[in-house]
Amino acid sequence: MRREEGLLENIVRRSSSPWMDGSGTMSDVVISSRVRLARNLRDVEFPHRMDEKAAKAVFDKVKNAVLDVNARKAVPELTCIDLEDVSPLDRQVLVEKHLMSPQHAQPLPGRGLVTRPDERVSIMVNEEDHLRIQCLYSGLELDEAYITANGMDDLLDERLDFAYDDRTGFLTACPTNVGTGLRASVMVHLPALAIGDEVSRVLSAVNKMGLVVRGLYGEGTEGQGNVYQVSNQITLGQSEKEILENLSLIAKQVVAEEKRYRETLMKNRRSALEDRIFRAWGILTNARSMSSEEAVRLWSDVRLGVELGLIDGPDVTHINEILVIAQPNFVMRSHGRTMSSEERDIARAELLRRHLASMKS
Amino acid sequence: MTCEECGKNPATVRFEQVVNGKRTVMNLCAECAQKKGVLSVLFQPTFSINSLLSALLGSQMKGLPAASPGEEEKRCRICGMSYRDFARAGRLGCSRCYETFEDRLDPLLRRIHGSGRHIGKAPVKAGGAARTRRELEELRRQLAAAVAEEAYEKAAELRDKIKALESTLGREEE
Ligand SMILES: [Zn+2]
Ligand SMILES: [Zn+2]
Repeated sequence: MRREEGLLENIVRRSSSPWMDGSGTMSDVVISSRVRLARNLRDVEFPHRMDEKAAKAVFDKVKNAVLDVNARKAVPELTCIDLEDVSPLDRQVLVEKHLMSPQHAQPLPGRGLVTRPDERVSIMVNEEDHLRIQCLYSGLELDEAYITANGMDDLLDERLDFAYDDRTGFLTACPTNVGTGLRASVMVHLPALAIGDEVSRVLSAVNKMGLVVRGLYGEGTEGQGNVYQVSNQITLGQSEKEILENLSLIAKQVVAEEKRYRETLMKNRRSALEDRIFRAWGILTNARSMSSEEAVRLWSDVRLGVELGLIDGPDVTHINEILVIAQPNFVMRSHGRTMSSEERDIARAELLRRHLASMKS
Repeated sequence: MTCEECGKNPATVRFEQVVNGKRTVMNLCAECAQKKGVLSVLFQPTFSINSLLSALLGSQMKGLPAASPGEEEKRCRICGMSYRDFARAGRLGCSRCYETFEDRLDPLLRRIHGSGRHIGKAPVKAGGAARTRRELEELRRQLAAAVAEEAYEKAAELRDKIKALESTLGREEE
């Protein structure tokens, strides 16, 4: 088996990822931190304007740069995956595992993904920009994620000619990313605010601070599992440090609000809360058929229960994996074939039962 | 825009629905959205720079004179894109476009980001001088903040660092 295939196989079959392991700061509310840097090659048409030949030439350049980085052994070995060699199902699983964007799963020539076994680094080649360097860490660890992304950027910058202008910064296909090219985001879980019907108030305030809020899988998935991704919008005229500090500061306020509501729930509505959480646990561990939506909804209650110490036994990694197991393509991949939605719901319930049975205390 | 349901409150929620395979979009106020039981759109960002960009480009498009016959539209010499193409697509054609359409992009960037000047990281290749200049700018900003906060000890420290960097910069640029 080629190395690319081996790595891919490992990633798409595994429901866990290191960035979901529940480590890091404030990980009871913050699931993960992500930093993404947009970079482009100088004087080469941006991906939306490129023909097949140009796209493949960019992919080859990136590939050579990555091989050279590997040769220096400066970072854990990176693998370049040509997405044309990847099945549609596997491409979707890569999206479900947050290694690439939904747009990147569309099969266009020259599209690639560079990643490594720990999944902390993933570089989309020829998405909206020539390179999108992404780093994912568990908990509120934006600095950690930025340090890794920045190091990767430096290594690639030595080997590729990045489009940069002293006045406008890193030049990107869309003017909304120009400058630092930095998009930082934190994924937060806000079940108590949701129960208190306060999500809307808190997130509107976040938006007024110039940050944007999206759902678990981006726009249009708001509310799923009470998971929200909060990110910066402005990329020009602020330094990387300012952007990260600002986001981190606001994320901490959101965390504080969520915690306040968790405490109130525990104090004033404990029995109702316990009932809700254990019902969710009961269904997750016993159902014979379950839709993706239901699994994500129950996951939210169960995760809250684990974080509050009400459910004892399962660790956060296992609980977070439910989010991946809930996804349709992951279920089909673990059975190695496409399935109708009824078949999928049955298979999902079974996967979840097995997954949760292995960790009951 | 007012809510399409009650016609009274301002619309803050974009409500999408698929009925008999046809997608309909309604702009609703928070109250009416809630009445419709739309849990997943309970929160909708009221401001995003992506929508600001499309709005700005839309109004710029209207202001662009139609290319008169015989008059050549200015195009990027690397990718061949015109500003009109950009306004339509919302994406530039290549990095050189930023230079080609500088006059028009500059005010646009200011409107979107509130600034037209990069103060973040410079690539290693941009050379020592460029990186030092960046560092200097950052330190000067910190100095201004320290002075405003009356943190004089910190300010003095920053001034020393700035002086040291200024002299390195002088040497690099010679
Ligand atoms: Zn209304
Ligand atoms: Zn161009």
